[in-house]
Amino acid sequence: MPNTRIRVPKTAKAGDIIEIRAIIQHPMENGFRTTSQGTPIPVDIVTDFACSYDGVEVFRVRLEPGLSANPYFSFYLKATKSGPVSFWWQDQHGEVTEASEELEVT
Amino acid sequence: MTKADKIDGTRRLLLGGLAASVVLVAMPVRADDALVAEAIREHFGDAPRSDGRITMLLPPLAESGNTVPIQISVESPMSETDRVKRVVILATRNPRALVATMEFGPGAPRAQFSTNMRLSGTQDVITIAEMSDGSLWQAQSRVLVTVGACDTLQIRY
Repeated sequence: MPNTRIRVPKTAKAGDIIEIRAIIQHPMENGFRTTSQGTPIPVDIVTDFACSYDGVEVFRVRLEPGLSANPYFSFYLKATKSGPVSFWWQDQHGEVTEASEELEVT
Repeated sequence: MTKADKIDGTRRLLLGGLAASVVLVAMPVRADDALVAEAIREHFGDAPRSDGRITMLLPPLAESGNTVPIQISVESPMSETDRVKRVVILATRNPRALVATMEFGPGAPRAQFSTNMRLSGTQDVITIAEMSDGSLWQAQSRVLVTVGACDTLQIRY
């Protein structure tokens, strides 16, 4: 199971624009590397990332091998009411990784 | 044969040798302008693009091409009717020009994000933003890369 790290502020004032950060541990094998024996390492990447807040989509990325290992994203959302901020990753084999954090709006 | 001719001949030999050695060094596959143009056409068709509205923060010099931080913000009110639909990042000399496609959902209050990308060498990075009214905006920035992502093959980071 890939390891994820997300950063969502615990609390926010209504109307605040807050920064969200998310990272997933993944080699993002770009298909251009070879082993020490010279055999090419096949492409192995995370292809999709999405974040939604209280059921509404905020940010979505279509990833390509041109992104670094352990893909990292930072973006913004507007705090309106308390609810879950959920994150979703999918790799090229269809394996889904999910993470979620509660945001409390005061 | 005068002395000057002799020197000239030596120089020609030297230059020829240099040129030959450049050809002999195996070059990894790189995208060229035609491939970049094709990638753009695939995404946006032949619609005209204008410069501006995008602020792209990239280091002018990157020591390693494996992790080049990039921050992009697009000037937009991000209201329901006037917002950024998507942002496409292209690296003009990577083996594959397309780096990532970002889409802003209805919950996005600001068209800004940052991430890390790979660059195979010194090159231009192009960012194209598509607005909800269909207009396209473009920004371009050059990054000097000391060690490209394709040269440090055994090191992952």
